[in-house]
Amino acid sequence: MSTTTTQPGGGTPAGNAPASPGKTGATELVSWKAGIGLSLLAILGTVLFGFMSNSKSAGFGIAEAANEAASSVAALVTFVLALLLSVGLGYLWFVRRRSGLASGSGTVPGWLPASTVAAVVVLGLAALGVAKVSKITLPSAAIGWIAAVILLGLAGYTVYLTQAKKSAPRWVGGTFAAVFLIGFMVWIVAGGNGDEPSISLAGLIAGSVTLAVPLVFGSLSGVLCERVGVVNIAIEGQLLLGAFSAAVVATVTHNVYAGLVAAAVAGTLVSLVLAVVSIKYLVNQIIVGVVLNVLISGLTSFLFSTLLTADPDGLNKPGRLPPVDIPFLSDIPIIGPILFHQSLVGYLMYIAVIVVYLGLFHTKWGLRVRAVGEHPQAADTVGINVNRTRFWNVLMGGAIAGIGGSFFTLVSVDAFSKDMSGGRGYIALAALIFGRWNPIGAFLAALLFGFADNLQSVITIIGSPVPSQFMAMLPYALTVFAVAGLVGRSRPPAASGIPYVKG
Amino acid sequence: MSESNTPRQENEVEPERPETLDDEVVLDVALDTADGAMAPSVIPATSQGGQIPHAAGGSVFRQIVTGNAMVSVLSVLLAIVLGGILMAVTNPKVAETAGYFFAQPGDMLTEVFRPYVALVQGSIFNWAGADAAAQLYPITETLTVSTPLILAGLGVALAFRAGLFNIGAQGQIIFGALFGAYVGFTWHLPFLVHLLLVIVAGFVGGAVWGGVVGLLKARTGAHEVIVTIMLNYIANFLLLFLLTTPAFQRKGSTNPISPFLDQSALFPELLGPQFRLHAGFLLAVLATVFVWWLLKRSTLGFEFRAVGANQSAARTAGINVPRAVILVMALAGALAGLAGIAQVSGTEKYLSGGVAASIGFDAITVALLGRSTPWGTFFAGLLFGAFRAGGVAMQAETQTPIDIVLVIQSLIVLFIAAPPLVRAIFGLNPRKKKKATGGPGSGSIPSGKLESGAATA
Amino acid sequence: MKLELKGITKRFGSLVANDHIDLVVEPGQVHCLLGENGAGKSTLMNVLYGLYDPSDGEILVDGKPVVFKGPGDAMAAGIGMVHQHFMLIPVFTVAENVALGNEATKAAGFLNLDETRRRISEISKQYGFHVDPDALVEDLPVGVQQRVEIIKALVRDAEVLILDEPTAVLTPQETDELLDIIRQLKAAGKSIVFISHKLREVKEISDIITVIRRGKVVGSADPSASPTELASAMVGRAVSLTLEKKPAQPGEATFKVRNLTVVDHNGQHVVDGLSFDIAKGEVLAIAGVQGNGQTELTEAILGVQQHVTGSIVLDDVELLGKSVKQVLSAGVGFVPEDRKIDGLVGTFSISENMILDLYDKPPFAQGIGMKPALIASHAEKKVEEFDVRTPSIDVAVGTLSGGNQQKVVLARELSRPLRLFIASQPTRGLDVGSIEFVHKRVIAERDNGTPVMIVSTELDEVLELADRIAVLYRGKLVGIVPAGTSRDVLGLMMAGVPEHEAELTAHKTLEGGTHV
Repeated sequence: MSTTTTQPGGGTPAGNAPASPGKTGATELVSWKAGIGLSLLAILGTVLFGFMSNSKSAGFGIAEAANEAASSVAALVTFVLALLLSVGLGYLWFVRRRSGLASGSGTVPGWLPASTVAAVVVLGLAALGVAKVSKITLPSAAIGWIAAVILLGLAGYTVYLTQAKKSAPRWVGGTFAAVFLIGFMVWIVAGGNGDEPSISLAGLIAGSVTLAVPLVFGSLSGVLCERVGVVNIAIEGQLLLGAFSAAVVATVTHNVYAGLVAAAVAGTLVSLVLAVVSIKYLVNQIIVGVVLNVLISGLTSFLFSTLLTADPDGLNKPGRLPPVDIPFLSDIPIIGPILFHQSLVGYLMYIAVIVVYLGLFHTKWGLRVRAVGEHPQAADTVGINVNRTRFWNVLMGGAIAGIGGSFFTLVSVDAFSKDMSGGRGYIALAALIFGRWNPIGAFLAALLFGFADNLQSVITIIGSPVPSQFMAMLPYALTVFAVAGLVGRSRPPAASGIPYVKG
Repeated sequence: MSESNTPRQENEVEPERPETLDDEVVLDVALDTADGAMAPSVIPATSQGGQIPHAAGGSVFRQIVTGNAMVSVLSVLLAIVLGGILMAVTNPKVAETAGYFFAQPGDMLTEVFRPYVALVQGSIFNWAGADAAAQLYPITETLTVSTPLILAGLGVALAFRAGLFNIGAQGQIIFGALFGAYVGFTWHLPFLVHLLLVIVAGFVGGAVWGGVVGLLKARTGAHEVIVTIMLNYIANFLLLFLLTTPAFQRKGSTNPISPFLDQSALFPELLGPQFRLHAGFLLAVLATVFVWWLLKRSTLGFEFRAVGANQSAARTAGINVPRAVILVMALAGALAGLAGIAQVSGTEKYLSGGVAASIGFDAITVALLGRSTPWGTFFAGLLFGAFRAGGVAMQAETQTPIDIVLVIQSLIVLFIAAPPLVRAIFGLNPRKKKKATGGPGSGSIPSGKLESGAATA
Repeated sequence: MKLELKGITKRFGSLVANDHIDLVVEPGQVHCLLGENGAGKSTLMNVLYGLYDPSDGEILVDGKPVVFKGPGDAMAAGIGMVHQHFMLIPVFTVAENVALGNEATKAAGFLNLDETRRRISEISKQYGFHVDPDALVEDLPVGVQQRVEIIKALVRDAEVLILDEPTAVLTPQETDELLDIIRQLKAAGKSIVFISHKLREVKEISDIITVIRRGKVVGSADPSASPTELASAMVGRAVSLTLEKKPAQPGEATFKVRNLTVVDHNGQHVVDGLSFDIAKGEVLAIAGVQGNGQTELTEAILGVQQHVTGSIVLDDVELLGKSVKQVLSAGVGFVPEDRKIDGLVGTFSISENMILDLYDKPPFAQGIGMKPALIASHAEKKVEEFDVRTPSIDVAVGTLSGGNQQKVVLARELSRPLRLFIASQPTRGLDVGSIEFVHKRVIAERDNGTPVMIVSTELDEVLELADRIAVLYRGKLVGIVPAGTSRDVLGLMMAGVPEHEAELTAHKTLEGGTHV
């Protein structure tokens, strides 16, 4: 039989009764948050980039290639590939959009615009390489005013849309961020010492990626834990113990790779305590995380002060993981040195992001993990062992964060020092929320934080109109803005932080 | 309780009763989260208001042994033992003396216990002191160090009671100190008036920084853990910046430190100039009494606790949840701000980049150890103050790094939060007993027994 | 497949939830478990489904004893279960929900959702379900969600299907459709265990009825047994199925709702242009299937809903735009639909819960200070008056049974002079004794001359309490009908059919014999 049988008198079939989003009687509710936020930022931008600009110009150096010939070949190949890709993706986007509009309900998959923009950016950079541009110089006042006008325009457009009870399309936010960033960079560089202050763009970005490495690992650990329903505040502790173990084991074994493995083990150990105490003994997860951070900080500082300082050569001289160039790819101008001149830990980072993303969203394991994090009872009733799944995921997260910790002692500095993770575990936590509990999002957020971090040290060198303390504040202030405004809307896994008690 | 209600003839299924202490924890969590529908509270279900009948049977002796007080004592003991082991294995002299342990066991034992002896000597009573003042100096030092810990701990605990995980005491201390110190060295007023204004300024400073968190939480739903962590950094950088400006930097100094506060803005010394103990400690006692009254006897405290235990029910009962959240964060910040005042007007007498030291983070462990009750926090503050004060003496005396104190502190909190873990370590878990005697029928305890078993923390 | 339970016993601490229960489910049979709330039906099924370990007794499948360590084992043995609260993940698609735990995969553990989609459409075709495998579950109506649950079981080749209170969230029409699906499943040789406390459906669908009371099997009954017989077997004493109450004496209408509209965060009009009055001394029951705007309606009156337009007037005072505190102070008594979440603070003591909305009013508070002695004596008095069974007033309220918790809520809300009394699902999850108590209290409040609004999804309760019945469908008022309106008409109205049409159709169906 049919479920929509003999419905009398033209009544709606009961089968698709309430809750289905009916077209009738719907009113768009648009928050004023975006409009107000963008307006404030636009005004800030106008004051800084416009009114407070100076007559100097800002120079952005493009890195010189190590191997001229290889570089130009690579640039050309990349240029052609990027061109093809941009055109292809752009066409696909256009077609999808048109068919979507025609059918009325069609949506363009999210990856399409994103990868099109990425391809265009690569195209632009490759073009710079092909043209052998070594430095871009921009007049700061003009650029500043142009940026200010665009920002004000975008903010005004958003306010207008809000008034008309429509929500702003996604490109508005993205463009706003990009323009603000350009305006800010030009303003800050032009404010430096000297007649024609300049910075190395490639160096800035490459440094950002490097600084982002521990953040990415840390936030991936957070993603793995929160997606399965366990809040992981202990990322800081995992990074720190990872760094410590990597230093000691690498020194003792004279093998940096052994140090890398030890870091993963150390992170897992921290996770083990987190998992046992919060999953088995049902202690509040946030409490365990905070306390673990204190414990690890005390423990590593104590051991550092007693053992490591007594015998630095025997215990705290790990040596470094050398950067490895990937043939051909590393020769691409600008992009090559940024992406393909990394240490092993850096490459592991790319792999980890991709593996965690694919794993979470496209495999049987990921489906189960997300189910446990959203609705543990439901997962239990289809035969998934909730607490075991949580346990293993938390351990895995620990291993990943531990590897991230090894960055401090095997890549960045080749010795352990007290509290050397310096609160980056907490920044990783922020990146995870900024990235909306998504590995790719967390990766991008971590890059942003790495950029802010690196910018601060670069600015200190060239001098700047902004006191360095304010630059240092930037990522934190940005995070507060983000959690208060942008991320407020996204929802964390429903069962995150709630212990699972059967029955 | 009237006798007429005691005959229990429910024809309805009663909620499950715990059979073992482990089940007890499970049921407490179920109660606290409304069967997994809400996020768990930071504070134990047993200290939120109502009594929870724990039917952990057995003799009176068994109940004492497995009770919460015993768990606390055992937790401290366990942490101290673990800390001792850590110190012993990292101390080369212990290894040395262990070589001839059987010949002269005293040597090694002395070496093992030396740090703890120094710790007690540095925090409670120094029997090696020349006169009474020198002998009593350590305990006054403990009280001095405890003062900001108690104040900030109360701030954290108060927010916990309203269900807010305030990690921001650090920033709130900085803001309190910033406001208070400014009033203390720029204004020149008579004693008491000046001190009072400094205290008010610190209160306001902390309240502002805490209130921002409450405001963001109430208006935008931003998670307070993230916001407070970020605001800590922002406060710290702001402090560092201000200390380089003419308004705050000491004249003629290149260091980022402020001028000394006026004498009239300082807490009077309680026991004369040879001790550092100052009237700020009395402020901490007063604050504890105030928080106790607030939570137990005031409508505002009732609102805080209701919001902390179950926000939806609080809203349905007419409580203005956003207002409560903002108020409680402002008050929590204000208490932490007073800790900043205890630093600038009492111990340090000027403002520097390190004014908050790690007090804000220690305050979290203090509040957790005190189970977020005012007097629990007070005594936890004293204990950790003793660790701190003794730790300094220990480091000077035996070269044992003071970081060991962090290890011991965090282990204590970890163990106390997980009673079943401690019981398991000491073999006190009643589950084993149950398995030994478990058979059909043995689990059925007459439910009338519950009347007497209403034990709480 | 033949399923046997032998001497199943389940204890929780001192409580025996199931006491030596024996049960045999034959293939192709619909076996009903009848018992009131809290009788131990769900516990028994959770034991059978491997969610609880039995304290004693054994389970036999086709005569062979089996041990289920978890739901996985039970499913492997061919047992499927549709829980009372659906076990679906709202942010997953139908296909993902069906695949979960039973995933078809490609190489390296990658999901093969196409395979799952194929299975879903196969089963949908066989049983006539209309389910889009790519729809998000949270966007689906409850009836369809239930079908997804059934598909979940069928995809796993379940031979025995346990349905736990499956009709609680359905309209009468949807219930009829479900009963049809059950008949089809039975015809396909599946065994069905149907758990319910609703006599009507049980009589209609079952081949055999087992009655459970206080954790014990008290006997089996034939579907032809009379409702009164079944009811008294279920409750253990003779029950009158109707509440004795005097006819209402409605006075002037003091509570007026006009053109009330509530918009949710998605922009949906969840309450759409409602207008009605309630007079002093009458009970207006709001009937409708769960999720048709009842929650939002009551919350809008209380003042916790955002985006409300229209007007809510009590005693000539506009309540809209007022804070919850002001609304309560205007004399509104409010019993929320979910007492554990909205009505009580579980970890607070009984005495604290008794003043949860009076804590800052005299005599319990003076200024900012509270009066603990008065609060305690107030609690003692109310515990006595409302017969709350508790060892002490200091006990955390969450440790009480559901009936006693609801009594605490009622005691609190009825302890001050009311100008309007609103109770949502006042008896959900309660046993018959407590239901009678609550109903008597509601009627007593009406007879005091208070306007009373009862929101219930249970048609029985609506018919028992109401002086007038307002039916909600998709946030709109389908109509307001008198108390004596027939179930069939109400059922059709709950599916959105306007009153006069419903009456015509109901009449026709009756003449034409059984429907479908």
